[in-house]
Amino acid sequence: MNFLKRTIPLIIAFVMGVLMAMQYFVPHKLSQDLLEVVSRWDRIIAGFAVFIGAYSLFHLHWTRIKRKVEGWGYSVFVYFGAIITVIFGLINGGKFFWNDKQDGTTFDWLYYYVQVPAGATIFSILAFFIASAAYRTFRARTNESTVLLIAAILVMLGRVPIGNYISQYLPAIADWIMAVPNLAAKRGILLGVSLGAIATSLKIIFGIERSYLGGGD
Amino acid sequence: MKKDSNFFILVISIGLFVCVNIFLMASGKLPFSSNGFGIILGAGITLAIYSFLYKDNPAFKIAENLYVGVALGYTIIISWYNFLKPDLYDPLLVPIFSKAATVSPRYTLIIPSLLGIFMLLRFSRKLSWLSRWTFAFVVGLGAGISIPRVISAFILEQIKPSLHPVFSGGETVLSSINTLLILLGVISVLIYFIFSVEHKGAIGRFSKIGIWFLMISFGASFGYTVMGRLSLLIGRIQFLLRDWLGILQ
Amino acid sequence: MERFLRIDHRIIFAIITVAVIVSLILRFELPIPASEPVHGIYQKLESLPKGAHVMIAFDYDPSSKEELQPMAVAFLHHCFSKDLKVIGMTHYTGAPGLADQAITSVANQYQKKYGEDYAFLGYKPGAASLVINMGENLYSAFPKDFYGNETATLPVLQGVDSLRNLDFLFDLAAGTTIETWIVYGKEKYKFELGAGCTAVMGPDMYPFLQSKQLVGLLGGLKGAAEYEALVGKKANAVSGMRPQSVVHVIIILFVIFGNVVYFTTYRKKQR
Repeated sequence: MNFLKRTIPLIIAFVMGVLMAMQYFVPHKLSQDLLEVVSRWDRIIAGFAVFIGAYSLFHLHWTRIKRKVEGWGYSVFVYFGAIITVIFGLINGGKFFWNDKQDGTTFDWLYYYVQVPAGATIFSILAFFIASAAYRTFRARTNESTVLLIAAILVMLGRVPIGNYISQYLPAIADWIMAVPNLAAKRGILLGVSLGAIATSLKIIFGIERSYLGGGD
Repeated sequence: MKKDSNFFILVISIGLFVCVNIFLMASGKLPFSSNGFGIILGAGITLAIYSFLYKDNPAFKIAENLYVGVALGYTIIISWYNFLKPDLYDPLLVPIFSKAATVSPRYTLIIPSLLGIFMLLRFSRKLSWLSRWTFAFVVGLGAGISIPRVISAFILEQIKPSLHPVFSGGETVLSSINTLLILLGVISVLIYFIFSVEHKGAIGRFSKIGIWFLMISFGASFGYTVMGRLSLLIGRIQFLLRDWLGILQ
Repeated sequence: MERFLRIDHRIIFAIITVAVIVSLILRFELPIPASEPVHGIYQKLESLPKGAHVMIAFDYDPSSKEELQPMAVAFLHHCFSKDLKVIGMTHYTGAPGLADQAITSVANQYQKKYGEDYAFLGYKPGAASLVINMGENLYSAFPKDFYGNETATLPVLQGVDSLRNLDFLFDLAAGTTIETWIVYGKEKYKFELGAGCTAVMGPDMYPFLQSKQLVGLLGGLKGAAEYEALVGKKANAVSGMRPQSVVHVIIILFVIFGNVVYFTTYRKKQR
C-alpha cells in the first residue's frame, strides 16, 4: 500500500518534471503535441480545484450552523446567496444549464448588483485603515524608516496631478525613484525569488521536497 | 442599554435608507425597473459594508456573508458554462449518452477527468491517497515547465539590462549614472539576501547599501499602495454619488 | 498633545470620506500628462494597422474593478477607434461579467459586430497551463467562446491559431498573471505584451519595463486617467484624480503631524 500511496506519486512527479523540463529543448512536432496535450489536461484538472474550495467553504459554514456557534445565523446567508445564485444560473433565463449561457438573466443581475458592489466595497475599506495607520503608526524612528517615509511621500506627491503644482520637479523625482532604486531592489528580489523557485522545483522533481503529498503515511 | 442604542441606530439608518430610495424613485432619479432595484441593492450593500467603519454590526455581517455566498455560486456556475460544459460535458459525455450527437466522444479526456475526480477524493478518509497522484502530476508538471522558462524570462532577461554598457553611444551622463546605480542596487540587494555568509567587512557594507535600496523601494511601494486603496474608495463613492443619488454627472 | 495620538480612528475615517465627496462634487481641472510607460502602450497601439489582432486578458475581479475597469474601457475605445480586432479572455472566475460589460458597452458605441470585430472567449482555469495551451493551439484552449459559439467559426479569429499570431496582448492584472504571461507566454511565443495593473503591483513591474518584456504599463487609477486623457475619453479615472490628489496630501499631513506629535511627546517623556 505504501507503494501506491508514497512511491507512485514520487515517480509521477519525477517523470512529469523531467519530461516537461526536457520537452522545452526538443523542437520536434511530437514534443509540441505532448506539450499541448499535457497543458490541456493540467487545465482540466485545475478546474476541479474550484470544487474543492466550494466544498471547503460549504463544509465550514455547515459546521457552524450544525454546532450553533456564535453568529451561526450569518452562515445561513452564505447558503442562501450561493443557492439562489446557483439556481438562477442553472435556470439560465429559461433555457436551463444544458444549453449555452444566456445574457441578461437574473444570474447576471445578482452578479452586477450583489457581487460587484460587495466585492469592490470590502477592499475599499482598506483605504480608511491605511489613512488611520499612516497617522497612528508610521513613525520615522530609525534612519531606514525615515528614508522609507521620505520616498513614500515623494512618490505619493509625484504620482498625482497636484504634485506638479507643488513643484515641477516632483513628478521627475518620483519617476526616478521608480525607475532606478525601486527597479534595482525589485530586480534583486525577483532574481532571488526565481533562483529559489528553481531550487524548490528541482527538490520537488527529485523527491527531496514532499510537502505537496500532505501528512499521514 | 448599549445594545438598545445600537439597535436603535441600525433601525434609524435602515429607515433613512428606505426613505431616500422612495424619494429617488418617486422623483425619477432611479428607474422603476430591475436596474433601479439593483442599484438600490448595490447601494444598500455598499453602505452596510461601510457601516463596519462605525462599528461591527449585523448589517455588515449579513452583507459580507451574502457576498461570500453569491461569489461562490457565481464561481460554480461560470465554471460549468466556461469549463465543464465545453471541455468535458460537450466533447465527452454528450456524444456517449446522446443519440443525436454528431461527433465521436473524445475518450482521451477520461484521464484528466479521473485525475480531477481523484483530487476531489481528498475529502474521503479511505481514498484520499488517490489525490496524491493528481497533486504529484500537477506539481511535477509545474516544476518541470517552470525551470527553463523562469531561467530564460526571469533570470537571463533580467540580468541582460542590468549589464547594459555604461557608454554605448547616445547616453546622457545621468542615464549612465542610473545604469551604474541599478547595477549597484541589484548586486547589493542580492548580497543582502545571502544569509549563509556573515554580513561583515565588504559583504556587510554592500549589504547595508542593499538595505537602503530596499527601504526606498518599500517606500515607493507604500506610496503606490495608498494610491491603490484610495482608488477603490473613490470608485465606490463615485457609484454612490452618481449611480445612486444622481448628484454627479 | 498626547491626546492627539489617541484620536478616535472614526474621525480620521470621516475626514477622508468628506475629502473624497467634496473633491468629487467640486469640479476643478488638473493636468494629467502621460508618463513614459503609458505612452509605451499608446504608441504600440497607434503603430498597429487596421484589422490587427489584439487580445485583452481581463485578469481581475470586482475587488479591483475600480482601478482596472476604467483602464479596460479606455483601452477598448482606443482599439475600436482604430478598427482593431479585439479578443477578450480571462483567468479569473469573477471577471466574465465585468469583461463582457466593458467589451459590449464600448463596442456598441462604435457599431462593432460580435464575431466579426470582437469576441469574448470567457474564462478558463489553469493559469500557466492555459497560457501554454493558448500558445500551442488557441482553439484547443477555447473550443467555444463565452456564449457557446464554436471559436473555429468566428471570423474575428481568422488568422489567429495561437498566441504567436497576435499583434498585441494587453493584460489587465490584479494578481500575478503578468508574470505568468511573461514566463509562459511571451518567452516562447514572442508576442508583444503590455499590461495594466493595480497600483499595489505597479512598482514590481518596473524591471519588466526596463528589460522590454513589457512595452508599456498602466499603473493604477493614475495610469487609467493618463490613458483616458491620451485617447480623449475622459471619464471616471480622470475625475478620480481630484480626490486622489486631495487625499494624498491629507495622508501626508497625517504622517507629518503624527510624527511631530509623537516626537514632541517622546521628548517630554524623556525629560
